[in-house]
Amino acid sequence: MQSTILGINIVYFWTYFFVAGAIFIFMFMMGAVMSWSERKQSAQLQDRIGANRAAIPLPFGKKLALWGFINNLADAIKCLIKEDFRPQAYDKLMYNLAIFFAFIPAVLAVAVVPFAGVVKPAEFFQAWYLKWIPWLPEYFAANLPDFSFRVQVANLNVGLLFIFAIGGLNVFGSILAGWSSNNKFSMMGGLRAASQMISYEISMGMSLLGIIFIYQHIDLWGLVQAQSDLAWGWLPKWGIFLQPLAFFLFIAAAVAENKRMPFDLPEAESEIISGYFLEYSGFKMLLFMFAEFIEIVFVAIMLTTLFFGGFSVPWLMADGFHFPWGSYVPLSHASVVILQIISFQLKVFFFCWLLQQLRWSLPRFRYDQVMDLGWKILLPLSIVNLIITIIIVALGGF
Amino acid sequence: MTEQYLPVLLMILIAALTAGLILALNALLGPKQKHRKDFPSKRTPFECGSDLLQDNNRRVSIRFYLIALLFVLFDLEAILLYPWAITGRSLGTIGYIEILIFLFFLMVAFVFAYRRKALDWR
Repeated sequence: MQSTILGINIVYFWTYFFVAGAIFIFMFMMGAVMSWSERKQSAQLQDRIGANRAAIPLPFGKKLALWGFINNLADAIKCLIKEDFRPQAYDKLMYNLAIFFAFIPAVLAVAVVPFAGVVKPAEFFQAWYLKWIPWLPEYFAANLPDFSFRVQVANLNVGLLFIFAIGGLNVFGSILAGWSSNNKFSMMGGLRAASQMISYEISMGMSLLGIIFIYQHIDLWGLVQAQSDLAWGWLPKWGIFLQPLAFFLFIAAAVAENKRMPFDLPEAESEIISGYFLEYSGFKMLLFMFAEFIEIVFVAIMLTTLFFGGFSVPWLMADGFHFPWGSYVPLSHASVVILQIISFQLKVFFFCWLLQQLRWSLPRFRYDQVMDLGWKILLPLSIVNLIITIIIVALGGF
Repeated sequence: MTEQYLPVLLMILIAALTAGLILALNALLGPKQKHRKDFPSKRTPFECGSDLLQDNNRRVSIRFYLIALLFVLFDLEAILLYPWAITGRSLGTIGYIEILIFLFFLMVAFVFAYRRKALDWR
């Protein structure tokens, strides 16, 4: 019999730990990739070259610049060896706690998102291209033949509600940072963040009610499973086909929640310098920036999971492709899982690109326009969207 | 229950430890604040280059309190709609009609707030 930790089989515990750590590292790396692509993409849009100078010297006079990616590394090292500047804050505890309030929820909200389907380790390692791995295939086949887990940190039945709860915590970071920094610009940034958050939270929640109503699931696993079904035998039942209006409402509300460009008034450089994290420097500032980039990735993940079928690949079942024209391509379990992971990543990358493109193409709103858009346009439209959905379902659609 | 929420706890711990470790490393590696006594104004909040004209510890008029109140009300409606949305299809025709009546009254409340200019940003 295997030993246990906290009443849980030790292999299960380490599997959870491995999945949680892998997804955390993925989010952290995506934050780095986003800060790189932000520079490069803005450079492309503005007809510049972008970051390209920092490089690791290699022998024979060559340099390893990795298309400017080394600049990120240089930035991180630079911030790490900057002075740990402590301004005269009102409240030192809150000043330091705000960093954690901004960073942890950004990473944590992804905990309920499935990154791929069920993995059966005993079967997974039997694929011909994974047989070279020592020890693991034999171990799982001999000891845990029917152990399986989902590539998801936690399978909570509250799903979306967890995301809204954790996402709502995020604003405490901005408010506490703005209030405790003892600076008027920070205070204004914090207040703006608060009013913006309460204006867009409702539209964000309301726009997803149609999705929940159609699929009858609130846990993201169920939503993804429901979206991998086919309508009329060929069209995957993705949210974008069933709820096109909700997609646009959600993208607007989510970008506003993240304080991104058309809505970035809490940190508008030209008005209030850099808003609520003005008095933070060194790596503290970088963690705020990081949290923001991770939130963009999270919005991309939400759009993927709710409107584009999450990890599901069209017509890919557990045993291979079943195309609507009748042909069948059998695939091994490991190939299916890897295809699902790749499909999820590609969709997420696409939406990251789209959100970056939005950030660099749209001008900033005026503040009353931001509030009007949230309350007078998005909220009624999301209620109308829900009413239309109910009427269509009641008349026998979907 | 433990098995469901333990990974979430793990994730919180991983994130908090990473952030804490990075901040501790920053404090350790960065130059120390040697001049704290010599340059006391370094740590004061800045305005536009000059010294502070007023104290920052002043009360701020939060003008969006009306919107904040409306947020609480509409959020409660949304909370009521979530459990309905999950079970909505099993309630049948009467369920659909009832929720449409509820949404109608929600819209009435919204139009009332709109017409009374409660949503205007002043």
